[in-house]
Amino acid sequence: MNLNEMLSYGFMQRALIGGSLIAILCSVLGVFLVLRRLSLIGDGLAHVTFGSVALALFFRLHSVYMTLSIIPVVLASALGILKLAQKARIYGDAAIGMVSAIGIATGVMLASVAGGFNVDLFSYLFGNILSISSSELAIAAVLFFIVIAGVVMFYNELFASTFDEELAKSSGLNTDRINTVLVLLTALTVVLAMKVVGIMLISALLILPAVSALQIAKGFKTAIVSAAGIGVATVICGISLSFVMNLPTGSTIVLINFAVFLCAFAARTLLRHS
Amino acid sequence: MNDKALSVRNLCAGYHGTEVLQDISFSVNAGDYVGICGPNGSGKSTMIKIILQLLAPTSGEVSLLGTPQASFHDWHRIGYLPQGLQFFNPHFPATVDEVIRLGRLSGKKFPRRFNRDDAWAVDRTMEWMGISHIRGAMIGELSGGLRQRVLLARALVNDPALLVMDEPTTALDPETRESFYKLIFEMNREKQCTVLLVTHDTATIGKYASHLLYLDKKVVFYGSFDDFCNSSEMTGFFGEHGQHLVCHRH
Repeated sequence: MNLNEMLSYGFMQRALIGGSLIAILCSVLGVFLVLRRLSLIGDGLAHVTFGSVALALFFRLHSVYMTLSIIPVVLASALGILKLAQKARIYGDAAIGMVSAIGIATGVMLASVAGGFNVDLFSYLFGNILSISSSELAIAAVLFFIVIAGVVMFYNELFASTFDEELAKSSGLNTDRINTVLVLLTALTVVLAMKVVGIMLISALLILPAVSALQIAKGFKTAIVSAAGIGVATVICGISLSFVMNLPTGSTIVLINFAVFLCAFAARTLLRHS
Repeated sequence: MNDKALSVRNLCAGYHGTEVLQDISFSVNAGDYVGICGPNGSGKSTMIKIILQLLAPTSGEVSLLGTPQASFHDWHRIGYLPQGLQFFNPHFPATVDEVIRLGRLSGKKFPRRFNRDDAWAVDRTMEWMGISHIRGAMIGELSGGLRQRVLLARALVNDPALLVMDEPTTALDPETRESFYKLIFEMNREKQCTVLLVTHDTATIGKYASHLLYLDKKVVFYGSFDDFCNSSEMTGFFGEHGQHLVCHRH
């Protein structure tokens, strides 16, 4: 099968466009999350998404409304993680673990009580970008512009508080507000990424392009741009390869990302020793 | 014009029921160089964090550059250099240029964009501090001394009226430490920047500071070095430690 033939399919066009938009968001936010040691918040929010999807399936919502209906739940959970960490005297990772466990428990409970939608629920666990519809792509595009606008507007503040929160605070920056913006943007991105790699592998899309870029970047801006480039390239390669070789798309994207990380790590090691 | 750079009144603070600062009061005139010392746990760093609004006191008032802290917004007029970055990641992907530019954020309104003036201020500060040649280097790849110099440049990039430093040279070798303090001293003299320096390095206080604040949960001594040196009672009170300070002063 040649490239032209592959691109002639409408579902492939939608998958490549939607996948690229989501890859950019995951990679850019991933750099901030990895450097702030918050990588696993993606995993925690993904598990909340699992519970929310189960809830939406329980009420038999159409897939378009499902994305829209789970957004407020995931946003509220993201704020819950922040508040738990700030007010309940528990560390951030424990707060993520708590909210994550509640999400999974809710999903399993609903699936067990309702019965009959387990197949649908499991399709969300592993994702399928090739089945993205035009209306879902439109939602992805709108959310993409919202998240990118948020990152652009808060870029310098996010950079400052990622570099050192105390220094940022001493400069008069409102670091609580910056943290809230970051987790809310991450929550929106997690909901979108669910379609590409599935709930189980969302954190990989947030972490792997970022850590690959951090191996080779020579500055903060170049780290962000490199991560976005790696994210888009690996998602496009993953979608294409999975289509041609009949492989699961989410897993293919994640494994290609890991291969890129190994190459970046090797390149960094070689450069250091040369 | 108000010539008080800092005013602290009846400041008390504590953690989990333990009092760390008891009724601290002092004021610092513009252009002074105040060395703050005291034993471990005497509340030096806590006081600095309260002054910078990083911690809240249990009671008391702080005025910065003539304005009560609660209504103070000119954070760009205050530079802060901590002991070392709290959770510094040596692989953090930021260049020297990017780190120094971050210092310019404090004077800006949302969405806090950089402009040509910021680039000019960064260039001028790097030139003054002799670090222009490393502007593209990654912060994590620098030696401890150079990294502290870069963070000092970040603190100075706005030409602050008040520079606050909390044990800034702990990890530096004696030679680097000396050149670092010379730079601070020059800045204090040339730019009339008020300096608050927390340090255990009493020799440095004796050599460069104009005033000494000795804390031990409360103010034990605050005054000019001349007052301190002329006071046999104070020297007696501080014993060898005080003598050490005096020796390095002269």
